[in-house]
Amino acid sequence: MYKYNHFDEAFVRERVAQFRAQVERRIEGALTEDEFKPLRLMNGLYLQLHAYMLRVAIPYGTLASRQMRQLAYIAERWDKGYGHFTTRQNIQYNWPKLRDVPDMLAALADVEMHAIQTSGNTIRNVTADHFAGAAADEIADPRPVAELLRQWSTDHPEFQFLPRKFKIAITGSPNDRAVTKAHDIGLRMVRNDAGEAGFEVIVGGGLGRTPMVGKVIRPFLPAADLLPYVEAIVSVYNVLGRRDNKYKARIKITVHENGIDTIRDRVEERFRELRAEFSGQDQDLLAEIEAAFAPPAFRNAPLDGYTLAYDKDPVFRSWVDTNVAAHRQANYAIVSISLKSHGKTPGDATADQMRVMADLAEKYGHDELRISHEQNVILPHVHKSDLPQIHAELLAAGLGTANVGLISDIIACPGMDYCALATARSIPIAQEISTRFDELKLEHEIGALKIKISGCINACGHHHVGHIGILGLDRAGVENYQITLGGDGTETAAIGERAGPGFSADEIVPAVERLVYAYLDLRADPEETFLQSYRRLGAAPYKAALYPETKANAA
Amino acid sequence: MSRKFTPKVLTGNRLLQGDVVWMASDGTWTERMAAARLFLEAEDAQAALDQAEKNQQDQIVGAYLADASPGGAGPEPTHFREAFRRRGPSNYAHGKQAEGTHV
Repeated sequence: MYKYNHFDEAFVRERVAQFRAQVERRIEGALTEDEFKPLRLMNGLYLQLHAYMLRVAIPYGTLASRQMRQLAYIAERWDKGYGHFTTRQNIQYNWPKLRDVPDMLAALADVEMHAIQTSGNTIRNVTADHFAGAAADEIADPRPVAELLRQWSTDHPEFQFLPRKFKIAITGSPNDRAVTKAHDIGLRMVRNDAGEAGFEVIVGGGLGRTPMVGKVIRPFLPAADLLPYVEAIVSVYNVLGRRDNKYKARIKITVHENGIDTIRDRVEERFRELRAEFSGQDQDLLAEIEAAFAPPAFRNAPLDGYTLAYDKDPVFRSWVDTNVAAHRQANYAIVSISLKSHGKTPGDATADQMRVMADLAEKYGHDELRISHEQNVILPHVHKSDLPQIHAELLAAGLGTANVGLISDIIACPGMDYCALATARSIPIAQEISTRFDELKLEHEIGALKIKISGCINACGHHHVGHIGILGLDRAGVENYQITLGGDGTETAAIGERAGPGFSADEIVPAVERLVYAYLDLRADPEETFLQSYRRLGAAPYKAALYPETKANAA
Repeated sequence: MSRKFTPKVLTGNRLLQGDVVWMASDGTWTERMAAARLFLEAEDAQAALDQAEKNQQDQIVGAYLADASPGGAGPEPTHFREAFRRRGPSNYAHGKQAEGTHV
């Protein structure tokens, strides 16, 4: 893992000291709220419905066990004993007190963490494939590049006042687990005909009120040109991006209004200028960073215990089949720890659970943890012989739910239970859906199905790319839930189509249930997923299931 | 033509704690919505908001006027957002529902 150098350390410490002084000046009355608000937002501190909220960056979703333990300590010492992992691979604390926040930031700095650029119109936390460095299908670990981008973008003077926030996602695999096509810039590692590794650069993707699938601006960018090319994109956006209308300020609108060809021409022109200014120092730095991400020392051990447990224990077998993915190293595996226990809040972990996960990472996982954008925690490097013990310890901590990728593995934004922007609640809908399908004991029969719930059109819950997306709205003073169908956040990205009129809070779970039963009837065979059946059959049979009375009236 | 004024409470969050509070009849800030002052005149409501923004920055952040109705025991929310602010989140018994100030 990357270790802070003196510069990183001094920079983060200085920001904590500055913010401590700013908080004092706010409390003393030397700063008004209008003056203080941009300062607190630069340090990740929001005001929500019931309290402040501190959003902490987890760069490219990677944590060491000591960092996870510190997150647990912060949750216990200054919050209510839990934290909420988000779709941006961040963690949010929902109940901090203003006076405590500088201490929380200092505690983060103690473990090389911070809350810088988790808000504001800057380049936000760079997100990455949560299986990075471990996935069997990967060309190379994308995290050194993500770390390079973090260092380059942190406090970059040209990019502190962009037209709007700016999000970059990166993956080293052809199977896109990082939703790169729904980011301002998406980077997918690819090889050219000569076999050299580089990036497919995607620009102008995004969800929110105007969802768009990103467009390829450069099919193959040599790896060494990455930084000047990304800088060229952000630089062109900084000039062309609209500042007159917040809702038209994201780069997706800039690309849409100017056309991808115009944007490409401008970016290439700027890139030629910038490329000449790069002396190669960035590549020297990258080489240093890459050394910090060297793979762990994998070990050999017999698999007899694992095989025996897999054959004899159906609960373990179900968990392995659902939550464990292929590792690049034979006899190793990637474990996804579900933070989606049926009926619980998606993405929440208690301080005790964080410590259990940290201990498991330390004991069995080469000291590494990841946070996925799907709000789960990953142990990326686990020898298969350790899986039975890990499973047992997870079960004891309430973390053994075998549902990754299934209907109860729901993404949900905090919604109106916490968020000041929300128009309806998300969490209770997720809780009800997961509880219901657990009662029905159907979710393994249903198979791969992604439900994603947002509590407003800003779409933090990624509903546009859910196979079933749910959007909570305020309709005449009542919570109302709109369904979209056929969304996809992977390399075959698609924006879901709105199915029709929304449903009340009481009606939404039965509506989802009707959709699922329709799928079970309609699928060609048990191998055909919900999304595949939707693509084969179109929306009509699913709309008929959602709105049976319309069908009856038409008949 | 401007819309007819509907009764309002003045609400915001405490600067230090972040807790939801309402302005009471005596001009102090209360944790209980039922103890809030219900403004029946637009001018009074606006004046209270202006005053809070001008003179009470040391106590309150994010003050605004929210619709409310006169209940038997004091003002009540008319919109679910304000009802959630009065109670706390639905996934944990945190916030006002835990402190017994959610009425």
